[in-house]
Amino acid sequence: MTDSMITGDLRGRKVILHDMCLRDGMHAKREQISVDQMVEIATAMDDAGMPYLQVTHGAGLGGNSLQHGFALASNEEYISAVSSRMKQAKVSVLLIPGLGTMDELRSAYDAGARSVHVATHCTEADTSPQHIACARELGMDSTGFLMMAHLNDPKGLAEQGKLMESYGAHTVYITDSAGYMLPADVKARVQALRDVLKPETEIGFHGHHNLGLGIANSIAAIDAGATRIDGSVAGLGAGAGNTPLEVFAAVCERMGIETGVDVFKLTDVAEEIIVPMMDHIVRVDRESLALGYAGVYSTFLLPAKRAAKRYGVPARDILVELGRKKMIGGQEDMIDDTAMTMAKERGLLKAVAG
Amino acid sequence: MKKIKCALIGSGNIGTDLIYKIQRSEYLEPVWMVGIDPESEGLKKAAEMGLKTTADGVDGLLPHVKDDGIQIAFDATSAYVHADNSRKLNALGVLMIDLTPAAIGPLCVPPVNLKEHTDKYEMNVNMISCAGQATIPLVSAVSRVQAVDYAEIVATLASRSIGAGTRANLDEFTYTTSGALTKVGGARRGKALAVINPADPPMIMRNTISCITDDEPDQAKITESVLAMIKEVQKYVPGYRLVNGPDFDGKRVTVFMEVEGLGDYLPKYAGNLDIMTAAATRTAEMFAQEILAGTFNPQPVEVA
Repeated sequence: MTDSMITGDLRGRKVILHDMCLRDGMHAKREQISVDQMVEIATAMDDAGMPYLQVTHGAGLGGNSLQHGFALASNEEYISAVSSRMKQAKVSVLLIPGLGTMDELRSAYDAGARSVHVATHCTEADTSPQHIACARELGMDSTGFLMMAHLNDPKGLAEQGKLMESYGAHTVYITDSAGYMLPADVKARVQALRDVLKPETEIGFHGHHNLGLGIANSIAAIDAGATRIDGSVAGLGAGAGNTPLEVFAAVCERMGIETGVDVFKLTDVAEEIIVPMMDHIVRVDRESLALGYAGVYSTFLLPAKRAAKRYGVPARDILVELGRKKMIGGQEDMIDDTAMTMAKERGLLKAVAG
Repeated sequence: MKKIKCALIGSGNIGTDLIYKIQRSEYLEPVWMVGIDPESEGLKKAAEMGLKTTADGVDGLLPHVKDDGIQIAFDATSAYVHADNSRKLNALGVLMIDLTPAAIGPLCVPPVNLKEHTDKYEMNVNMISCAGQATIPLVSAVSRVQAVDYAEIVATLASRSIGAGTRANLDEFTYTTSGALTKVGGARRGKALAVINPADPPMIMRNTISCITDDEPDQAKITESVLAMIKEVQKYVPGYRLVNGPDFDGKRVTVFMEVEGLGDYLPKYAGNLDIMTAAATRTAEMFAQEILAGTFNPQPVEVA
């Protein structure tokens, strides 16, 4: 046990913030953020000292699809528009193997991306070696991103993180995609990683605010040794959003954790640019709470609401059923499928004779 | 009745499952299993099931091809070693059924285009991928009714059914499957997505096939075509089933289906394994019938 765990004294710790508005936030905007809006937000963040900004379709490279929706522009268009305007911030991308490919990573690099989260489900790290190696070859800041991390125990996550480190990841993230974890869950998982990873390998935490714990969980992660924190200004992200980064930055400042960002400038970005562009106020509501409560992938929220409208089955029922069936990130097709099966069971839809 | 003697290269999940499928065939007989690890479960299983085995890779098989009368080889290794394997065995007159994403030869989905390949007496045919075998018949079922601008498939596979080779080379799986949606499925553009789900108990292979048609979809004709195609695939994969749809939303046609396996080497959830090995076996049988009938005599292929 470190002293800080007893005293809670995190003064002097340095943490690198990574804003997700322009990637995870795409989910909350049904992928409909324009290039101009991205540039406006990104330049304001850059000015506020945000070191990393993730910029892609919500599902990352290769995300434009019927499964995940079509954005207003290609990933390359978004990335090059933003990266060409950055004074200090680095542009990062998300790559989920099975959806995104190395070809798309090279193309994103050419457009100006210099950091990547290579994301797999928390038990499937061994689907990422090609992509992490490719990122390293390109000279990118490379992260192994273990999604839905509540579905693996600390020991299992440590093994998965070790694999990603062996492929070349500079950083391994615990990713609470469902916003399900409690601070003690986060602490145990970060500690398990810290115990096995090389001292130079960083640990990150990516939270969702479905139980209102984004900030508390991120602090718990830092306490256990994490040095990188994902969030989004004004919380613009899937489900009840990501850890609201301007709030988190303020908390860090109070605690003496060094982030290098300007809190007031970030609150201006939140208030003047991001909140006005929200289609719905991103917050803990009946459905997003159900995600965190049942451990369901946050991105399922809006498609479940659409399926509810179409098939007459309440979104909360669909989300809970998806959780029961252990559906994971990427299985958005199973939202309609599950809704249709439930509608048949409830006599709301007829089966095709065959 | 005389059977065509076969060699299986690659002692992983696919290669091992193939032993069961080929042993049941009227036209094929599994004789050799080739691996690279003498301790592999697949090689042990093959020996138990009466096959000759080598752990020296394809070079361990070459000296025996002639004496043992091997005429068809199934390659279930990886895209990277397939080219070499194919060159060496084709040179000895052995026809290759390629189960890797290498795709050197023409792409084959039995109910869609197998006849074309047997008519041309190809010496190397490629089986694309499990997701390709599961979804392309249904893309074709739509595109044979009316023009499809874009086909997109999502295959969800049980984690335990995905071997180390596929995991380490996931991009090859994505590229090959995406390409085949257009080349064989008949769509103008295609995209393939794969998801690996670790749920316990493991989930049955699920596939969602979406097509965007040029004009308003003819709902009755497409539904009829889809149901007919499912019956066609069921002839060699009995657990190939419709779950939901065809669902029509504007010009989008979506079919939700699952593939349950026979439970030969891996349990029934691994329908992805079965559809690959069953399609490969069916392909080999078509060639074998031609060879047995004397209409096809595979010849050594000159090495360039």
